[in-house]
Amino acid sequence: MNAPTPGTEVAYVDPQRRALVRQRARRNALIGMGSLIGFVVVISVIVSQTPGWPVVQETFFNGEEFVQTFPGLLDAFMLNVRIFLIAEPLILIVGLLVALARTLKSPIFLPLRVLATLYVDIFRGIPTILVIFLLGFGVPALRLAGFPNGAIFWGTTALVLSYGAYVAEVFRAGIGSVHPSQQMAARSLGLSTWQTNRFVVLPQAVRNVVPPLLNDFISLQKDTALVAVLGPIEVLRQAQIDTSSSFNYTPYVGAALIFIALTIPMSRFADWVQERSARRRRAGGGV
Amino acid sequence: MSESMLDVSGVWKSFEGHPVLRGLDLTIGHHQAVVLIGASGSGKSTLLRCINGLVMVDAGRIVLDGELDITSFDTDMDAARRRIGIVFQSYNLFPHMSVLDNVALAPRKVLGRSKAESIDAARALLARFGLEAKADEYPDRLSGGQAQRVAIVRALAMEPELMLFDEITSALDPLLVGEVLEAVRELKESGLTLLMATHEMGFAREVADKVCFLKDGIVLEQGTPEVIFSAPQREETREFLARVLG
Repeated sequence: MNAPTPGTEVAYVDPQRRALVRQRARRNALIGMGSLIGFVVVISVIVSQTPGWPVVQETFFNGEEFVQTFPGLLDAFMLNVRIFLIAEPLILIVGLLVALARTLKSPIFLPLRVLATLYVDIFRGIPTILVIFLLGFGVPALRLAGFPNGAIFWGTTALVLSYGAYVAEVFRAGIGSVHPSQQMAARSLGLSTWQTNRFVVLPQAVRNVVPPLLNDFISLQKDTALVAVLGPIEVLRQAQIDTSSSFNYTPYVGAALIFIALTIPMSRFADWVQERSARRRRAGGGV
Repeated sequence: MSESMLDVSGVWKSFEGHPVLRGLDLTIGHHQAVVLIGASGSGKSTLLRCINGLVMVDAGRIVLDGELDITSFDTDMDAARRRIGIVFQSYNLFPHMSVLDNVALAPRKVLGRSKAESIDAARALLARFGLEAKADEYPDRLSGGQAQRVAIVRALAMEPELMLFDEITSALDPLLVGEVLEAVRELKESGLTLLMATHEMGFAREVADKVCFLKDGIVLEQGTPEVIFSAPQREETREFLARVLG
């Protein structure tokens, strides 16, 4: 096989080298597969040899129990989905507003800045489940006029407040990740502080924090189950009810599977977004 | 119209106790091109940033067109910056916007032009600098020379009375310096008042009406390019030129 004349405008790869590269890739794939299968077999054998396995299989992986309870779990899970869909946009709004309040420099906004900082400090410091307890049981006791007393309402509010504090910090980090020379360039064109934020800093900041935000969303999907402590029958609560009537824990496994079914696609999506933005940053270079 | 476009008198500026400008005086006439030369750290960049109000002076006055005191605490700096454009060494284009939007953003948001008007004006300006084909590209698709020319166009779109250039060719591949200097030359010919910090001595000699040699935060020597480059009076100027011209 003859190589083309040097200097001609073609991309040329030696066919022998190409064949070798392919061969090596095939070999690596086979080794990976074999290793994975071997690993699974070894783990299965070890687990099934443990003295307690038949009992565990009966109480956690009972097919009959699974078939019976799973539809009910799915129904209950719709409440988790609703809580998530309502909380998520509110969290984004709270997070962004708080992050913005913390960047205000004018002395007149000092109260806002102090409030925003206090909010983040307090709600990041309290475990989410405790916020849910305090709001869910405490606020309805105040008998505030005009507020619903439902557990779902206060549970969702607690999630929004707790996650809002985290997301505010994510946004603030995003704002900090935009190079100061961008602000300088915007100000030098006569844009005001607000215009600089709105048109130059924030769009870049939001883009930079999409991967960590998705990460927080995945976490929120799971934490909707915490609202169960207030009583609403969402998926975890439903599983609890099922297990206490049959003394079989298979519904917990069913609930876990439902959560996983939702978070895995979200995780892969987050990975993809992260990979893409990393690629862009590499290509962006010195702008 | 006042006699000079810009009057800098007795400007001091230090950073954390380290003095950079030490009572600097400088006058720029209307339609003049003034070039600042001097070693790194002599205060060129800091002076440009003070004039644009991006850095606050510690003492002294900077007056634009005999009427607007940039150093006064009562001056609306956003309004002042509309009249003074600046181009940076590192372009600082907005990476999330197309070239066209980079140029049209400030006229629309600051000058209140309509979207159509600002876009048309931006296209015309880009065409004037040979960039019409790049209008819809994003900054990461541009060469350094193109990016810097877009930065010039972006500043120009605000129709400034005075343009500042802060070593705009220092970050460029030597092959791309020419196209950027060509753009500056065209601005000079169109009669815009320019203040330029540069290490391109050949270019300074060609376009400058006045060359100022900065050392230790003051203008140590100034004059026409002929005088500064051929018959400098000060020993320090001679030494600097001998070093940079090799």
